[in-house]
Amino acid sequence: MERTRMDERTANALSLLPNYLAQHVLLSLVALGLGILIGLPLAVVATRHRGLRVAALAAASLVQTIPGLALLALFYPLLLGLSALTQSSVGIGLPALGFLPSVMALTLYAVLPVLRNAIAGLAGLDPAVIEAANAVGMTPAQRLMQVEAPLAAPVAMAGIRTAAVWTIGAATLSTSVGQTSLGNYIFSGLQTENWIFVLFGCVVAALLALAVDQLLGLIETGVARRDRLRVHIGLAGIVIGAGAALTPLVISAPSSYLVGAKNFSEQFILAELISERLAREGATAERKQGLGSAIAFRALASGDIDVYVDYSGTLWTNVMERRDSPERQAMLDELTRWMADRHKVRVLGALGFENAYALAMKRERAAELGVRSIEDLARQAPRLSFGTDLEFLSRPEWSALKDAYALNFAAQRSYSPTFMYRALETGDVDVISAFSSDGRIAALGLELLGDPKRAIPAYDAVVLVSPRRADDPLILRALEPLIGKITPQRMQEANFMVDRDTDKVSPQEAARFLARSIGVPTR
Amino acid sequence: MAPFIELEKLCKSFDGGRTFAVHDVSLRVELGHLVALVGASGSGKTTTLKFINRLIEPDSGAVRIEGEPVGASDVTTLRRRIGYVFQGIGLFPHMSVGENIAITPQLLGWPQAETAARVNELLDLVELPRSYASRSPSELSGGQQQRVAVARAVAARPKIVLMDEPFGALDPITRDSVRSSYRSLHVRLGLTTIMVTHDVQEAVLLADRIAVMSAGHVLAYDTPRALLSIEAVAEVTNLMAMPKRQAERIRALTEGESQEDAHGEDAHG
Repeated sequence: MERTRMDERTANALSLLPNYLAQHVLLSLVALGLGILIGLPLAVVATRHRGLRVAALAAASLVQTIPGLALLALFYPLLLGLSALTQSSVGIGLPALGFLPSVMALTLYAVLPVLRNAIAGLAGLDPAVIEAANAVGMTPAQRLMQVEAPLAAPVAMAGIRTAAVWTIGAATLSTSVGQTSLGNYIFSGLQTENWIFVLFGCVVAALLALAVDQLLGLIETGVARRDRLRVHIGLAGIVIGAGAALTPLVISAPSSYLVGAKNFSEQFILAELISERLAREGATAERKQGLGSAIAFRALASGDIDVYVDYSGTLWTNVMERRDSPERQAMLDELTRWMADRHKVRVLGALGFENAYALAMKRERAAELGVRSIEDLARQAPRLSFGTDLEFLSRPEWSALKDAYALNFAAQRSYSPTFMYRALETGDVDVISAFSSDGRIAALGLELLGDPKRAIPAYDAVVLVSPRRADDPLILRALEPLIGKITPQRMQEANFMVDRDTDKVSPQEAARFLARSIGVPTR
Repeated sequence: MAPFIELEKLCKSFDGGRTFAVHDVSLRVELGHLVALVGASGSGKTTTLKFINRLIEPDSGAVRIEGEPVGASDVTTLRRRIGYVFQGIGLFPHMSVGENIAITPQLLGWPQAETAARVNELLDLVELPRSYASRSPSELSGGQQQRVAVARAVAARPKIVLMDEPFGALDPITRDSVRSSYRSLHVRLGLTTIMVTHDVQEAVLLADRIAVMSAGHVLAYDTPRALLSIEAVAEVTNLMAMPKRQAERIRALTEGESQEDAHGEDAHG
């Protein structure tokens, strides 16, 4: 049984490889190419002007100290602002998600090694050779092309090689801003504890980096030893390899619908369900998975994705910035109206289950401490430690909860959701911020603590459609049958199929199971 | 008649006028002469030399070749008309010996066949085998590299060659052989050569005229014979005393064998 699951997951990973690899190669290639196009001329100018050299190297080094993920994240709001600007001035918006921010961040990353090595190569040239070049009557351009560039080339090539390896590695992070890459294996694998996926992503990315490094190394020694054959073999290897890797992009039809998902299992399953339904209506769908909570809505409003599932309470507090918590249906009505007025975003309807933030403890531990509600918990909190997902502590729900009950824990720690449950199981933390639709609550025997002061609002799962697709009949046909059909039990079951430790299934299988269990046909 | 090369009242300061590397230097160089600029380090001889092909621009004064100021012509055109050989040698390490020699003709756009023939001709001229054309400079000895540098300097048939301590890095035997071959090349090609050296003996043996420089000034400018015999400024006398003493010592050692003036063979008038 376990054996077939493994084979199945490997087969699944392999089937995704052509597209992931093609996207990854395209992204790395463009970023490295731009890095070289910026880095080399900048190095030439910088060697002529000392002040500029210091400034350029300092700027490039500074960029390098920003963690890759943060750099990618920074480009999102930047591009949103820029997009608003171009929209108002020339009427064309820029996509703030996906390829563009990824390329920009990776390009910045690639510039430093290229720049630093090219400057080192040019500055390290024998002054006698430069004097000779001037004295035989070369113009500055002739000196650069005939003497300086060929002599600095081996050192510069070493920099390009370093930049290539960095870019290929860092490109896996672009998954988090909605750009498909080999990182999709790693991010979704980490989330669903599909270690075969994580391993697969790491190994393929490493092999790619290794292969490119070897080919560039061949070019580097070829340049250093003035051996044209090596240079040509290296170049041919890169051109052929890139060509082969990019072929799927050319032959596959462009997908018509972009389905977004945040970074947890339920979102992956629902994105698969939506994609399956769109496929049944004859459309192709591409997933943009692993989006940050705040990024997802802005991506939808600006048309970078077409459809995704969010939660009423999240939108209510984070997007609408409301601090009250009205009754469930009233909140939905107000949300639907506000979204249409403010963002021309269509709220298609609630799916039927809630995924509320809730505090959870192990049942025995709660009984032992006599805790049934958050009010009881507040009294015990100074002796307990609190585990949360990565964003909970910075969310308004937490401030509301903390204020309402005067919560004050002995320690607070953040985890990715999977590891948060682990920490609760092992006793590293006593209380966690759980999602009410999580299958692990029932499976692990957890107790959800009551919220008598209603500090946390309702969290109905709602389907949101981008302004561009708001009246798209195909989306309506495909997704309206899902509205109101998914009960909390069904969603918990589907989530648990993906999240459990043994016999896990892929989000796609869980989505098909969910569709069958609610009687909605898929492809 | 106007001299072939004329240096007039040249001044240069590298520290904004506090001290002068070259101060009020004027020299007249006749066509076909080999002129040596001698003096201690920092006397301004290299700076003076580099004014001629504009590797350094003077603060004031002018250099004229055949009456035309060098500042008036395009700097790359000027340099392609003047050969330049220096102590660093500066052969392009990524080019073969042949490509190094052919560089200026190539920059001037000579036809390929003519350039190739010229490379062979020059290898003959500097007494290197033609097969060396395809070698890398790093495969050659120091003396051979300096011969290639001389060939490169004269490849595009310049009338003027500038040399900055050209033989300084060579061992004494190689130095003697390279410089006597250069002297005969200078005569055969009808060149006008200006050479910087700190070796007074070298200047005495090779040059038609010697300019003695000190602290940015020219102290004396005359034939070697005149500078050796005439009582002049103390500094010049001291400088010239050294080769004279050496020659007398050698003559004493080989007494009776030769009464000939060691300098006689090279004295051109």
